[in-house]
Amino acid sequence: MTQTDFARALLDPEADIPVGITDPTGRPAPKRFSVYRNNVASSLTRALEAAFPTVRKLVGDEFFAAMAGVFLRAHPPNSRMLMLYGDAMPGFLEGFPPVAHLGYLPDVARLDQAMRESYHAADIQPLPDAEFQRLIGADIAGLRLRLAPSLRLVRSHWPVVSIWAANAEGGPPPVPGPEDAVILRPEFDPRPQRLPSGGGAFLQGLLEKRTLGQSLDQAGASVNLPGILSLLISGRAIIGVDE
Amino acid sequence: MSYQSKSLVIAGAFAAALSGAATTASAQENEKCFGVSLAGQNDCAAGEGTTCAGTSKVDYQGNAWTLVPAGTCATMELPAGADGMARMGSLEALDRDLPSA
Repeated sequence: MTQTDFARALLDPEADIPVGITDPTGRPAPKRFSVYRNNVASSLTRALEAAFPTVRKLVGDEFFAAMAGVFLRAHPPNSRMLMLYGDAMPGFLEGFPPVAHLGYLPDVARLDQAMRESYHAADIQPLPDAEFQRLIGADIAGLRLRLAPSLRLVRSHWPVVSIWAANAEGGPPPVPGPEDAVILRPEFDPRPQRLPSGGGAFLQGLLEKRTLGQSLDQAGASVNLPGILSLLISGRAIIGVDE
Repeated sequence: MSYQSKSLVIAGAFAAALSGAATTASAQENEKCFGVSLAGQNDCAAGEGTTCAGTSKVDYQGNAWTLVPAGTCATMELPAGADGMARMGSLEALDRDLPSA
């Protein structure tokens, strides 16, 4: 038995128990292997349930658990840390026929995953207020903003923030239409917020290290720049400035 | 828009955002009270090895997979194509895969 055989048998209930699994008296121990195999599948399922609470609520507990069983066999963890396990879920959902009619589900999974990434990102201090005041006098269009490591941008053709709010907080029913989400973590808990008009393109520019002026060009004529900057400042997401 | 006028627009937006931010700064301290708590999600989630349910089969084999989503998606009125792209399928269409009760 090699480690590869062992790993393969762990994820395939149809596979034979690997040769060499024995109890202390030397007899084959298929039940012990089954217990271990169950523990692997169920702990990964629990991890996915914790990881994608919005997706789970949308499809229901029973469906999610069964779908997790399919997912974890197609995409077993490639790190021993489970805190970010599931980054393949959005792509998986795009190709999973039983949810093909739920077009928004992959983007909701992206939002759930981005929430976790934000949660686990490094703590950092925002730019002090005095520094902001100094910026306003400078040649500001040529500056590049440094953003908090916990900031995430999720752009969608679907109302992902409204879907999240309806499921996580009992918010009103979502209205069809695109929404771009920014996830901000001013203290310890990340929170998705809907970006104002032009916010998705503007923030994408900033994340791609474009200048404020270039990002403004990208955002289009209807951009609500004060609204976007208010979100970023109150979310303590601006941490520095590069010339 | 010229570079100079862009700078003016951005500076104006910053000034407006900062004046608004002063009033929200005090509310900031309460943020963690109503955020989504993800604490504990890096638990090892062990301790389920007391059952032998690992012997259950995985029954997703093409069309043999029978469950349909049954959560809040049923109440989300976001019709197929709401994002402007063609979508196929519906809950009704998938009902045929349900086992007869």
